[in-house]
Amino acid sequence: MAVMNMIEAINSGLDNMMARDDNVVVMGEDVGYFGGVFRATAGLQEKHGKTRCFDTPISECGIIGVAVGMAAYGMRPVPEIQFADYIYPGLDQLVSEAARLRYRSAAEFTSAITVRSPFGGGIFGGQTHSQSPESMFTHVCGLKTVIPSTPYDAKGLLISAIEDNDPVMFFEPKRIYNGPFTGYYDKPVEPWSKFDVSQVPEDYYKIPLGKANIVRAGEAVTILTYGTMVHVANAVVEAHGVDAEVIDLRTLVPLDIETIEESVKKTGRCLIIHEATRTSGFGAELSALVQERCFYHLEAPIERVTGFDTPYPHSLEWAYFPGPVRIGEALDKIVGELTS
Amino acid sequence: MADDNNRTNLPPLSLHIPEPKYRPGDAVDYSDVDIPKAGDQPRPDVNSDPAIMREMVYDMVRVLDDDYKSLGPWDPKLSDDMLLKMLKTMAQVRAFDDRLHRMQRQGKTSFYMKCTGEEATSVAAAMALHSDDMCFPSYRQQGILFVRGYPMVDMINQIFSNREDKLKGRQLPIMYCSREHGFFSISGNLATQYPQAVGWAMASAAKGDNRIAAAWCGEGSTAEGDFHSAMTFATVYNAPIIMNIVNNQWAISSFSGFAGAERTTFAARAAGYGIAGLRVDGNDPLAVYAATQWAAERARTNNGPTLIEHFTYRAEAHSTSDDPGAYRSAQEREEWPLGDPINRLMHHLIQREIWSKEQHEALDKECIEAVKIATKEAEKNGILGHGLHQPFETMFQDVFEEMPWHLKEQSEQANREREIKWPS
Repeated sequence: MAVMNMIEAINSGLDNMMARDDNVVVMGEDVGYFGGVFRATAGLQEKHGKTRCFDTPISECGIIGVAVGMAAYGMRPVPEIQFADYIYPGLDQLVSEAARLRYRSAAEFTSAITVRSPFGGGIFGGQTHSQSPESMFTHVCGLKTVIPSTPYDAKGLLISAIEDNDPVMFFEPKRIYNGPFTGYYDKPVEPWSKFDVSQVPEDYYKIPLGKANIVRAGEAVTILTYGTMVHVANAVVEAHGVDAEVIDLRTLVPLDIETIEESVKKTGRCLIIHEATRTSGFGAELSALVQERCFYHLEAPIERVTGFDTPYPHSLEWAYFPGPVRIGEALDKIVGELTS
Repeated sequence: MADDNNRTNLPPLSLHIPEPKYRPGDAVDYSDVDIPKAGDQPRPDVNSDPAIMREMVYDMVRVLDDDYKSLGPWDPKLSDDMLLKMLKTMAQVRAFDDRLHRMQRQGKTSFYMKCTGEEATSVAAAMALHSDDMCFPSYRQQGILFVRGYPMVDMINQIFSNREDKLKGRQLPIMYCSREHGFFSISGNLATQYPQAVGWAMASAAKGDNRIAAAWCGEGSTAEGDFHSAMTFATVYNAPIIMNIVNNQWAISSFSGFAGAERTTFAARAAGYGIAGLRVDGNDPLAVYAATQWAAERARTNNGPTLIEHFTYRAEAHSTSDDPGAYRSAQEREEWPLGDPINRLMHHLIQREIWSKEQHEALDKECIEAVKIATKEAEKNGILGHGLHQPFETMFQDVFEEMPWHLKEQSEQANREREIKWPS
């Protein structure tokens, strides 16, 4: 075991996989010698060689298209898109190509690629360094979407994603690379080293895709969330003294529907939280699923707390961010009488 | 199949990964960089067939020689007033960059990007355009705004995201926009402005206008599909546009080889599309002016697009978010064979006896003072993170022309939260 922040855990997962399987290659803008703008690939080129971890031209279409081709050869590329906000030029290669190659070739060719990309806000990154575009990808049949919330999960999920024979979108909440963010932005951030989930095995281990994590057991309400918002939800739940069951989905597709269903049937209430914009966000899918499967157990309408349906602002970041006030209000509403 | 057996004697294939010549700590030797003699390049007619210009994409238009004299057919023979304006504007841009960079370090804003060493590629280029030609800049062309008289205090208001920020605190610092000054909104995503600029130029031609468009991107961004789409549309429709590639050698930590520079020049991209291409000493303000003037005249006389590669050097970090000491040799900047654009123009004016070192020192002080005054003025309107500068409803405006019900609801939500988060 070693103490790792999320960057170090991701780096360790990549390192393990590159050592185990020489088909695993890491590629992307600034990932080689420099080690990535967030340092996630630091040291990998030096250790594994220039043809295993290399810089690419600034072409997201090229990065993903080339990864699809390398995967068609039989390799396991792990392309990095520097910010999720920059992924759109690669969208055709993901949506029309990577996602459907298995289907259209009757599984003669597959796309065992894992697209890593930092996403989400909370860093004053403005509209081009803050977006949460996950629901654009969960809407595409053939893509898996994974979002870790701790260093331990990040490594275990990343290894599963790389070993998966289907294309996986691996979105890394950059706000929590160095420590969990509770949403109370005026309080100092604590480093991961203060938390148990920073205890990460240096060796290979896996966390299966499609398995959610109940991070807090409770009876009063089920909170479905992922990424940065897991920590914000936990903090608000503690602050409000609500006996909530907080579920970190970890994988949006495939979704751990059993865990969700079991929890909501137990609590009778469901609050969904994500940072992404509201309309057609993943919360809409979750809300529909819960309604379809748990309707007769629900004691209150399902609530969603999300980002607003505007481009991500710069100066008004903390007015935009779905933080403790917005979540607290929704909690109050769904649980009823509360001491705050 | 043919020759299947012949492969047995071949060595296995190997994958080429580009590698820059110098890394941190390496001694730098630029003696292999081919720098043609100033004044030696022919100046074709502006209506020339690109086919007869092919050698120019491997050459380099240079006007100022090592003794800072201007010579050759590309010498724009500018008036003293124009030369002085060019020098003063570049000096002002540099002073602005230095101070605003420091403001970011002092925590007054989130982000900054300097254009140090590249001032000529925007200042001299913008001076060769008409003031109503439309510019589609990338993020390092603040010089255009200085040429066009955009007030520094407005730039700083934007950088501080404060209550007088004309962009309402929505954009990252330096992602300016001013329709009035023919300065298109900076995206932040790369090369997206290139096909848009071509579209603007096509519209201008379709409407029988006489304004042209100019776009800028870095050499790294030429890898984006948008760049190639723009080139295709520009040549197909013979669009009145100048497409500038500012080849400053580095895209964050990736050297120009990751955009193809190991094989050919960026100007050579023009040849494949049948577009006129020029390669220019980007640290020679007179060469930048002359090339832009040529391309502008070509565009304005319906002779179509020009691609200009400005060969220059990014003297400082990509942005406040990276440290170039981690990926390149510090000596590169010192040894850069094309020098510094401000220094070169200053010496040119001195040898023309219209300027002196003393005057230049005084100019630098004036420029610093002017930025100081503008900064103080802007600070009165607030700095990022200290206070709420924009009314909440501005967050929901301009998503659409008319606000739909769901944004009205969300706006009410934001205002409700305000009472709790920031009680008045």
